Amino acid sequence: MNRQDEYSDLNASFRFSVLEFNALFTSLLEHFEIWAPQRYAARGRFSDADSIGYGPIHSPNEIVFDEKSHFSSKEAVFPVSETMFDLLGDEFVQAEDAQRDILVFARPCDINGIERLDDIFLRNGSVPDPYYQRRRERIRFVLMECAASFENCFCVSMSANRTDNYIAAIRWNSEHVLMRIRDKTLLSLVPDNASPAEFIPEFVEEDREPIGLPNGEKLEAAIRDGSLFEHDMWEEYTARCIACGRCNTHCPTCSCFSMLDIAPEPESGFGRRRRVWAGCHIDGFTNMAGGHAFRKDNGSRMRFKTMHKIHDFNARFGRHMCVGCGRCDDHCPEYIRFAHCIGKVTRLLESGDHE
Amino acid sequence: MSMDLNVKKATRNAFRITSKRGMTCIRIRVPGGHMAAGYLDIVKRIATDFGNGTVHLTIRQGFEIPGIPFERMEEVNRVLRGLLEGIEAKLGIEIPDWEGGYPAAGTRNVSACIGNRVCPFANYDTTALAGRIEAAIYPNHHHVKVALTGCPNDCIKAHTQDFGIIGQAEVEIDPDRCIGCEACAVNCRRRVTGAIEMRDFRAVHDSRRCIGCGECVLKCPTRAWTRNPTKYYRVIILGRTGKRNPRLAATFLEWVIEDVVLGMLRNVYGFIDEHIDKSLPKEHLGYIVDRVGYPIFRDTVLKDLDLGPKGRIAERLDFHGYWYERDCALK
Repeated sequence: MNRQDEYSDLNASFRFSVLEFNALFTSLLEHFEIWAPQRYAARGRFSDADSIGYGPIHSPNEIVFDEKSHFSSKEAVFPVSETMFDLLGDEFVQAEDAQRDILVFARPCDINGIERLDDIFLRNGSVPDPYYQRRRERIRFVLMECAASFENCFCVSMSANRTDNYIAAIRWNSEHVLMRIRDKTLLSLVPDNASPAEFIPEFVEEDREPIGLPNGEKLEAAIRDGSLFEHDMWEEYTARCIACGRCNTHCPTCSCFSMLDIAPEPESGFGRRRRVWAGCHIDGFTNMAGGHAFRKDNGSRMRFKTMHKIHDFNARFGRHMCVGCGRCDDHCPEYIRFAHCIGKVTRLLESGDHE
Repeated sequence: MSMDLNVKKATRNAFRITSKRGMTCIRIRVPGGHMAAGYLDIVKRIATDFGNGTVHLTIRQGFEIPGIPFERMEEVNRVLRGLLEGIEAKLGIEIPDWEGGYPAAGTRNVSACIGNRVCPFANYDTTALAGRIEAAIYPNHHHVKVALTGCPNDCIKAHTQDFGIIGQAEVEIDPDRCIGCEACAVNCRRRVTGAIEMRDFRAVHDSRRCIGCGECVLKCPTRAWTRNPTKYYRVIILGRTGKRNPRLAATFLEWVIEDVVLGMLRNVYGFIDEHIDKSLPKEHLGYIVDRVGYPIFRDTVLKDLDLGPKGRIAERLDFHGYWYERDCALK
């Protein structure tokens, strides 16, 4: 879903005072629903702790620029819970989608993350997911310049530190806003007397702790012969992981969902199908009819997730699923570091100890 | 050395009468049981310069410094100025004489669990509220024990105190963020009161069963469960140890805000003034209420307080204790 072609010929940058930016934002709201990382005060996991997550905003003051959001921007396009259709007697009623375009303020990792979701929902097989597609088509990105890593970030290692997929880019500080605009609608909203500026967004060029990715051929071989699958390195995670699922729910690229049906009531005939986020670490993810479940131990779940993020997805789509945002590491209550897990796989393959 | 000592005056100045004649022990207050580490220097100095070089950590989270000769009380009080200025005055407590030591000792140090500055389970900043409670009720000569705890785990053992202030979180669920993982429901059923059930794959909250512990918020991987930022408290009262009738505290109020807690504690002193048995050297609050009756206590301490829309009052107090009797069934 690259839109670069639409706006490649447009390129204008401005310097706005905070007041000017507020005014521009107000006119943007007339054309777009705007999603950005915002602070949910005292709504964090612990008492008096904030949560930073994505949702519609109504003022630029709500945007949290200087911290990594706890939840990613994926819920702008892939809601936590989504009604797909209702059944009313013999009638089938598909849930309506809103009409307005959505502007999502996002860092490169998050924009890359949504591109990974695009692979899964739109290009994984012959039929694009219609619920995802109709919402995705309404979304445009405002790139939040991210020139320095936060704790646990490793986007450079995952080649997800850059993006060209935005209709505007923004550099913010408390006095002024630099903005690069590549969209006709946006440009038309900029007042004639706006101050031009030179602004090209910068990207993180170095991770604080670079992660060495496994050699592709060695990884492939170790998967084929089962030696990595069976390796006891995963037992550590059986002992440490508590299957809370935060690594999944905070991940910008975890795309699994479960269908949850309200079976039609005999009297009214009303039924509903919803889908909600699911995660490979959460109990019940592999439950099957008849009570069968595989990946019961949490180490197996860690292995499954790791392989999906740094191998399986890549094998199909030619780029790694993990974008290195580090949110799984930020929020793991057991202080499990996914980045270190990747490093362990790499070192294991280099040493040949798995053979 | 022969002494003519006004024992009652010394006791009210936080100096104990001890089992060693001529020797006292100063009781240091640490409201909330938390202070800047630098104040330990003052504690150490009193222990080494005036005491026997040892310090006792009390169950109330203060210090008792033993082995101080009574004649050195005034010197100790001069050193105590550092603690009075640095700890008590900073909380807004008026100290009548900076070099006169503690102005009262009856109302004991307000103790508290470590609270939400450290503990994930705590539903409020116990240290900060302990300071505000200290400012509301100290100095006072009546014997009152207050303890604060961040959640119903009650790590401070508020159930053995006259007043226990337990943090309650008004938990709220955003149904659109619930993924039906059941982490909250399973945990609540196993570890708390079973106040969450799943309906159509969504967590549903039973507010009558919920004790406001906040565990569901801790378990939720999607921020579907959150705490309402308003802080609520459950007040348990009249627990006690002792030689007559030890018992655990009973719930008096639920879902009240801080203003109610502070107002109630201020009102307690008028109740004690009016009803204490002055023929006894001292009478604990619990025994006064046993004698006077719960309704009078309730109406006096809640006078003019608005409990708000969520506040609830106990109809009666159910204590779970026992009586020591010479002729009891022990053989």
